[in-house]
Amino acid sequence: MSALTRMTMAEALKGLAAREFTAVELTEAHVRAVEAARPLNAFITETPDKALEMARASDARRARGEAGPMDGLPIAVKDLFCTRDVLTTAASHILDGFHPQYESSVTTNLWRDGAVMLGKVNLDEFAMGSANITSYYGDVVNPWSPGDAGAWERRLVPGGSSGGSAAAVAARCALGATGTDTGGSIRQPAAFAGIVGIKPTYGRCSRWGIVAFASSLDQAGPMTRTVRDSAIMLRSMAGFDPKDSTSVDMPVPDFEAALTGDVRGLRVGIPREYRVDGMPAEIEAMWQRGVEWLKAAGAEPVEISLPHTKYALPAYYIVAPAEASSNLARYDGVRYGLRVEGGNLKEMYENTRGAGFGKEVRRRILIGTYVLSAGYYDAYYLKAQKVRTRIKQDFDAAFTRCDVILTPTAPSGAFAIGEKMDDPIQMYLNDVFTVPVNLAGLPGMSLPAGLGADGLPLGLQLIGRPFDEETLFRVGGVLEEAAQFTATPPFMA
Amino acid sequence: MSLDKAAVARIAHLARIKVPDEELDHLAGELSRILDFVEQLGEVDTADVAPMASVAAQKLRRRPDEVTDGGYPEAVLKNGPETAEGYFAVPKVVE
Repeated sequence: MSALTRMTMAEALKGLAAREFTAVELTEAHVRAVEAARPLNAFITETPDKALEMARASDARRARGEAGPMDGLPIAVKDLFCTRDVLTTAASHILDGFHPQYESSVTTNLWRDGAVMLGKVNLDEFAMGSANITSYYGDVVNPWSPGDAGAWERRLVPGGSSGGSAAAVAARCALGATGTDTGGSIRQPAAFAGIVGIKPTYGRCSRWGIVAFASSLDQAGPMTRTVRDSAIMLRSMAGFDPKDSTSVDMPVPDFEAALTGDVRGLRVGIPREYRVDGMPAEIEAMWQRGVEWLKAAGAEPVEISLPHTKYALPAYYIVAPAEASSNLARYDGVRYGLRVEGGNLKEMYENTRGAGFGKEVRRRILIGTYVLSAGYYDAYYLKAQKVRTRIKQDFDAAFTRCDVILTPTAPSGAFAIGEKMDDPIQMYLNDVFTVPVNLAGLPGMSLPAGLGADGLPLGLQLIGRPFDEETLFRVGGVLEEAAQFTATPPFMA
Repeated sequence: MSLDKAAVARIAHLARIKVPDEELDHLAGELSRILDFVEQLGEVDTADVAPMASVAAQKLRRRPDEVTDGGYPEAVLKNGPETAEGYFAVPKVVE
């Protein structure tokens, strides 16, 4: 263990600026941590040489007085972001050996601001999953395990799909990591690993160069150990990009400046539909504590209704697979990745895709193909798009009565590897509180609020108006201060 | 909504995914359960509701029609499993 891996991004930036240590020293400590954390299977590709080369360049920039806002900070990159000449897999067999010849816009922004890449982290195959158990490269293990602190067991899932990102940040082998979130893939693993994650408003971060899952829902965002660190990292990741037609041309605020600690008079919506059957009492209690903390800080809780909440998951499981079946049509064995030969072109396609896709991805492509097929399009796809409008209208109405919404992030804490695997629907239900936010394109943040009875972290979710991430940071900062979440996982690098 | 083995085979063919025969029954059960789960959308009144394709602005930006990128065939072909003379190569299509 090294003190250099225990810092927050904000502390590391201060230390670098004060010349207390160099980017190379900070990076070397993290490279060792990445090696020490191999039992978690968080990384698909470690890039220590590239990390040290980037760190040396960072030290040179700082010496010239040209340090950027994230200069010298070692981070992990979800293996869904294309990185030039570095293996990019989406955790799928079908992308075997793919070395992109271009760099995603989000990672380009991070390198522009001086961040250092430690490697590419594991995920659910094509980001489809809520437990990081569908990766071709094996399950990721949560650095947390139940029971008293100290003894780590290889037992729990880290959540998904950004499970490698969450595990790497929680286990102190990266100061932060990029994630992507289509139905909760940043927020749910952040909650399961006791860290902070934010899915920005749709359009805030460019999707260019990120392997596409469901294009109308996908957004990239940061995963870090503090709210302030997420503010620092999101500022670098976000920004207009002409290469993404859905990227929004508006200035990126200084999110750190939103951390004023002042939530007086702010109206906090508490949606009654989020009290779902079978939700553990400790999650209900944590939610109530969150309400009390904000009330004590001068905010005003308001009961709100989001009547179509229960229809978000079924709508999502039509819209997302439909878009996925279209997006994943590109994996045909011709331009990149795996090819399995056949007697003719069609057989080659079928053999390649049959061998290349895992079971969950195959299931979703088939569902998507079916709901888009002739005769079923109106009944399923069009209907789901209309329900999506209803869900958006619910939020629009709620935001006339409140400024931000507070909910639990997930209906449970981290579960065991192997649980919920027999029935896909059981797994899908884990995203019941996060999916509506993607359908409505809103920003959502998860932050650790405390430990459950079994010693595992639980997360609270904040939902904001479109492009109002600043309120999320402001309220998140107050909740973080009140929660005083200082617990650390039993496995740390 | 219940899908049978033949329906799953047809969908798999549309999706160009080879599914071994012995997996079709199990898949039919799984896919049917998912379709049953989404059936509940029928309860929502969506009369006079416009379908939402995306939350993004529907009007796309325009730009001058000019070449802004390209001229590097080697990079484009770099990841091709089989390439020949500046092209991706596939099994013969025309007899």
